[in-house]
Amino acid sequence: MKEKIYIYRAFERFWHWMQSLLIIFLGLTGFEIHGTISFFGYRNAVAYHNIAAYSFIVLIIFAIFWHFATGEWKQYLPTAKNLKAQINFYLFGIFKNAPHPTKRIVLSKLNPLQKLVYLGLKLLVIPVMVFSGLIYMNYRYPQEGGGVEGLNIGSIEPVALFHTAGAFLLLAFVIVHLYLITTGTTITSNLKAMVTGFEETENNEETERLKETENYNDNKQLSEVTNG
Amino acid sequence: MKKIVISLTLFFFIIVFVISSLIPKEREESKLNLLKEKIAQKKAIVHHDHSRYDILKKKFNSPKEVTEACMTCHVEEAREVMKSNHWNWESPQYIKGRGVVYIGKKNAINNFCLGTEGNELACAKCHVGFGMTSSKTFNFKDSTNIDCLICHDNTETYAKAPEKGGAPVATLDLSFVAQNVGAPKRTNCGVCHFFGGGGNNVKHGDLEKSMFEPNKEIDVHMAAEGSNLTCVDCHITKEHNISGQMYSLASSNRNRVYCEECHTETPHEDGILNKHTLKVACQTCHIPIYAKVNATKTFWDWSTAAKLKNGKPYEEDDADGNHTYLSTKGSFKWGKKLKPEYIWFNGTASHYLAGDRIADTTQPLILNPLNGAYSDLDSKIIPVKVMITNQCFDPVYQILSLPKLFSPTPGEGAFWTDFNCLRALDVGMKEIGLPFSGKLSFIETKMNWPVNHMVSTKENSVKCNECHTQNHSRIAGVKGFYMPARDSNSIIETAGFGLILLSLLGVFVHGIVRIYSSYKLKKRG
Ligand code: HEM
Repeated sequence: MKEKIYIYRAFERFWHWMQSLLIIFLGLTGFEIHGTISFFGYRNAVAYHNIAAYSFIVLIIFAIFWHFATGEWKQYLPTAKNLKAQINFYLFGIFKNAPHPTKRIVLSKLNPLQKLVYLGLKLLVIPVMVFSGLIYMNYRYPQEGGGVEGLNIGSIEPVALFHTAGAFLLLAFVIVHLYLITTGTTITSNLKAMVTGFEETENNEETERLKETENYNDNKQLSEVTNG
Repeated sequence: MKKIVISLTLFFFIIVFVISSLIPKEREESKLNLLKEKIAQKKAIVHHDHSRYDILKKKFNSPKEVTEACMTCHVEEAREVMKSNHWNWESPQYIKGRGVVYIGKKNAINNFCLGTEGNELACAKCHVGFGMTSSKTFNFKDSTNIDCLICHDNTETYAKAPEKGGAPVATLDLSFVAQNVGAPKRTNCGVCHFFGGGGNNVKHGDLEKSMFEPNKEIDVHMAAEGSNLTCVDCHITKEHNISGQMYSLASSNRNRVYCEECHTETPHEDGILNKHTLKVACQTCHIPIYAKVNATKTFWDWSTAAKLKNGKPYEEDDADGNHTYLSTKGSFKWGKKLKPEYIWFNGTASHYLAGDRIADTTQPLILNPLNGAYSDLDSKIIPVKVMITNQCFDPVYQILSLPKLFSPTPGEGAFWTDFNCLRALDVGMKEIGLPFSGKLSFIETKMNWPVNHMVSTKENSVKCNECHTQNHSRIAGVKGFYMPARDSNSIIETAGFGLILLSLLGVFVHGIVRIYSSYKLKKRG
């Protein structure tokens, strides 16, 4: 029996789509600044990149707020459980129409591989991008008199290299991520879920059980809950 | 749904706020307009009318008499002139590692006509004095030798005679000129400074006869439909000391003219452009090309000089009428609408002086190395014209050798009359008191001529991606720093593009296998 469950809440979906647009736009303008492509014109690329970057930071602040206010941050706590099973699924099971080793439920919407990758993005790549980007925007050449000494930078090179490396990682992530969208229960079910919030899944006893016994918003045991 | 609406509107407002705070204000235009008004007011000042003085109405028999008449009022001014570089042809300069030296036209070497010593009769056409036959014997203390009119003639009729040690042409109406004097006009400065090196635009590339009456495309400052500035509007002069200096002769960071004096250090509406001004001189972006109208000399080969046809010197010209060969001087190359080269510069320079031993004769010798580096807080990137010359050098003493070039009488060893290289070098070196081994060789020399004029309209200034690009960046050769788009780290690039490629490949292969296996499963099942 098919069943619809509500996985992504409104803000989360809004945040996700804004973030994806901004990252793609930052990537486009960023790689123009980097000299790889030319599309907007260099001067526009710089101006747009800066505007998008500030928007991105605002969005991130909201998202952080939301994650803590709702407790959703716990979704990203890494778990070793089923990690291997998930990798095995993508490498082998998926070709045999094997079931997903981890079921999506409200309380645990991310599979162990996702948890790990998204946590890496949130704790490593995005902060590196934001901080290197902010320094890139606001550093000063060493100069006599005035201003904040702390922002004096002899060479922007290391900052730029971190920023570029992070941009490559994000780009690779976007490519793989776009593909993995199609690996849900059906080709489009993941996409639909992020648009409507609802995911269609095969009815699953355990989900039912969980839904009955656990409070919707109480995510205390989240990290332990994974289906297999 | 409500939440989506609320967060969307919130986000919308934030974006609007951010964008509006980043949108450029109209500040720059008004700043520039204020400046133009200021200039217009300055132009309204009427200069002193000299035609009412009887002493200037008499008939002058010699130019010296004019000077004497001037000095009946302008005693102090004469003293000022006699302190100036225009008079002394030298000034004290500090060169790092060398100390204070007196450098000027008197003793400096360039890679055009090489040096003035021994050739004064011709060179003194551009001296603010009369009667210089030799800078050794010329009386620099005699104020009646001052040529006031070459700078202050406002009739545009005064002119110096060629090869007469600085005397004016004999047929002038000196009385008419003397009654019509005033602040120097472009013509006064231009007759010498546009023709340095013996012809129009030979030396500078950005100072030439099109600058007498330029349009806005040639020079925004001097264009009649622009601010219509004269040279001395920027080269502000106090007590006959004219601000500005040329690093063909100067070494010290002083008495310079800066764009910032009028335009401030943050003239742009765009903060990112203003950030550039700490490291990039205004000229670098605002003079995209020089020699806009007439060609400038870029290469000179002295080694081919002295060829004669039927025992006579000859010349060859290109389509524009520029000499490409002269028996007297050798072969030349010219260039028009040139992109400058770029170099770090902190306002100090060094100089090759006559008699300096050349340490490495396998490398081109830079006659006026400009000092500067990214790490040096005073340095900025500036545009320069680089002049390359193949010139005489003494392989035994390892010094540049200077021939005697000009003499009015044949047989004295002057190259331009006798065409005997070795003899001219022998005589020339003797006149400046340096040894000559009798051996002649040639060495490539380079000179840096900072480009400061021919400022283009802002629409035509250098675009971001003419420098910020991997391919043929204008400042590809300017080293010591990381610049986005021009520079990248090869490890990160390889790893980065490798990663992207692997991701694409992985996704592609995975997808293919998935489609294939689902097709197989369906068939089976
Ligand atoms: C809040 C986040 C970000 C900030 C504050 C930021 C800021 C900047 C700044 C200031 C620059 C230097 C160019 C300039 O002066 O405008 C830059 C360059 C660049 N940015 Fe970002 N950026 C951010 C996020 C991103 C993201 C998400 C990407 C890619 C997906 C990206 C890719 C790039 C690239 C490739 C460059 C060129 C680096 C170089 O060649 O040196 N940026 N960024």
